[in-house]
Amino acid sequence: MKIHIRNGRLIDPKNKIDAQCDVYIAAGKIVGIQHAPKDFVANQTIDASGLIVSPGFVDLSARLREPGSEYSATLVSELNAAAAGGVTSLACTPDTQPVLDEPGLVEMLKYRAKQLNLAHVYPLGALTRQLEGKLLTEMCKLTEAGCVGFSQADHAIIDTQVLWRACEYASTFGFTLFLRAEDDYLAKNGVAHDGEIASRLGLKGIPSAAEGLAIASILRIAHETNTKIHLCRLSTAEGVNLVREAKKQGVQVTADVSAQHLHLTDLDIGYFNAHAHLKPPLRSIRDKDALCQGLKDGTIDAICSDHTPVNDDAKLLPFAESEAGATGLELLLPLALKWANNQKLDIAEAIAKITDQSAQILGINSGHLSIGSDADITIFNPDQTWKVMPDQLKSQGKNTPFLGLEMTGKVQYTLLHGQITYQDESN
Amino acid sequence: MINPQLDSDGNLKHLLTIEGLPTRILNQILDTAETFVGVAERDIKKVPLLRGKTVCNIFFENSTRTRTTFEIAAKRLSADVINLNVGTSSQSKGETILDTVDNLIAMHADMFVVRHNQSGAPHFIAQHVPDHISVINAGDGRHAHPTQGLLDVFTIRRYKPDMHNLRIALVGDVLHSRVARSEIHALTTLGVPEVRVIAPKTLLPTDVEKLGVQVFHDMKAGLKDVDVVMMLRLQNERMNGAMLPSAQEYFKTFGLTQEKLQLAKPDAIVMHPGPMNRGVEIDSCVADGNQSVILPQVTYGIAVRMAVMAILGGGSGQTGSGA
Repeated sequence: MKIHIRNGRLIDPKNKIDAQCDVYIAAGKIVGIQHAPKDFVANQTIDASGLIVSPGFVDLSARLREPGSEYSATLVSELNAAAAGGVTSLACTPDTQPVLDEPGLVEMLKYRAKQLNLAHVYPLGALTRQLEGKLLTEMCKLTEAGCVGFSQADHAIIDTQVLWRACEYASTFGFTLFLRAEDDYLAKNGVAHDGEIASRLGLKGIPSAAEGLAIASILRIAHETNTKIHLCRLSTAEGVNLVREAKKQGVQVTADVSAQHLHLTDLDIGYFNAHAHLKPPLRSIRDKDALCQGLKDGTIDAICSDHTPVNDDAKLLPFAESEAGATGLELLLPLALKWANNQKLDIAEAIAKITDQSAQILGINSGHLSIGSDADITIFNPDQTWKVMPDQLKSQGKNTPFLGLEMTGKVQYTLLHGQITYQDESN
Repeated sequence: MINPQLDSDGNLKHLLTIEGLPTRILNQILDTAETFVGVAERDIKKVPLLRGKTVCNIFFENSTRTRTTFEIAAKRLSADVINLNVGTSSQSKGETILDTVDNLIAMHADMFVVRHNQSGAPHFIAQHVPDHISVINAGDGRHAHPTQGLLDVFTIRRYKPDMHNLRIALVGDVLHSRVARSEIHALTTLGVPEVRVIAPKTLLPTDVEKLGVQVFHDMKAGLKDVDVVMMLRLQNERMNGAMLPSAQEYFKTFGLTQEKLQLAKPDAIVMHPGPMNRGVEIDSCVADGNQSVILPQVTYGIAVRMAVMAILGGGSGQTGSGA
């Protein structure tokens, strides 16, 4: 199968390309950029006039809910959502049932995802067995099975001795730890940012210091043990400052922020809107501004979707009893574009945060369009507006605080290994 | 954001919280309550305003006092009353709130009085009931207890009619108190110029001053020259632990004694939403003393709840007046 993508604006941040460029694909690989290889005859031509041709997006955090929570979502539904969102590679979290702490489970997941051929799935293995924060998992075997890093999902390691040992062990083999920094005690039973809004609504708050304290101890231990740390989903100004300082001092740390947290604050909880119940919680305007700024100045390396499909029943509950999380794969692009637009940055800056930057964090050869690389490509219209409606979303989770709002930027085509995995219905 | 408590004409549709209610609505409720105070003193303690209507008390959390006063209020308005202690039935069998509510809707209830241990549960129910059903919050988590807030300001108004010239102190566990939040909103909405909270830092919510109150950590400074002292209940489980070292130390530092009360104005009144912990937050001689209006609060509670139900049931004859 040979494809010719013509007349598009090619944006490839890794290779610093932003120009009108045709792309030529053969046998799942990119075989030509701007110039067709000799004797190239396309089986299919995609007209990308007025559209942007980008490396397929790489998402650092998506919950696929399999195995164990198929009532909320399935691999099929969520990988279709990934394709519709232009995401061609994604890291999935180990908080499934059973937990991804055994090589066999990882192999099964990789196999099932490969059969579906909708996106590359890179599992993050559990750092500790059952995510209990006590015993280490077989990290080498899990890596062999396909894990690209290790994570505790939303379960903190409370025992700093265990965290220290986990870092030492991971560091022995050069594995990266993906940790969400939140002090378990300070966050206990909390469901919202500890501030005026939570006080008014009578919701148990999680102080910003819960993130700051955890980052400080994680970075300290990482520094002592020479461990590569990726901090998942920063939510506070304090956290951004700590990471900025650590980077200045040469600590091996990267960080991401969820697309939701770039645009929403605790005010968006309104009258107990359960869709705004997220982990970490939506914080103050000052925090949101600091996250946007930190992403701009490179303190925060990437944007993730923090995709968490939740079934309707689990959201149809009083705020604190509702399950936290938002569906996000299909909103990643418009929310990244909106950030760049608000910050008066070029579209390429937004693309970098969801392609090359996140691919580097995962350590995968993806997120760029170089000759010879896999033809994982997303073609989108940066100006097309659409309204977030439940029936518009391929994800089984219709839970998002952006429900009913208008988005700008829509994926037209997604290609995985040179095969079209998604095509907008209006085409 | 549309205020979920008001209909498109600005009339009260649900009573979920005092925050965000306009002054005219609060006054409408308080003025209507005045007309019901006398009902209890008549031979026949009933008015026919809600005849043929069904009021359903749905209590997801146990309560005797509040449920009883709502029941009496509804009965004095001639409504049929159903009491449902969900905490002990459906929920423990795994039924969701919405299933419980849907069942009651199918039984043609007209008004729900809801208590729940989760903040926001009445808002959630109000979003899901059909248009003709009104929801009254009888206490949700730490969030709100609007009829308690209203009956407290009603009591204050009876003893101290000039609300614009009062200094009022709330003492105790503001952090966990829905009553305190509703009292604060009611007092500030009605124009009380100085509302104080007095508590140790462990029992105050973050940024509480943004609710429009002055913060004190010392009873002597906080009670100085106040017109009203509103005590808050301290839950047993908070007395010994990380919030407070002991009930004895709490009584010593924040308990209301006759001696501390002397710092308030000589004609200051003392209030408590009940049930009281004598010897923990309040000394018995104060609770039973001549400055205490704790029992009148209970009596007025019925009139205020009648007023809320009458207005929501559309039978007050005053709907929208005084706008």
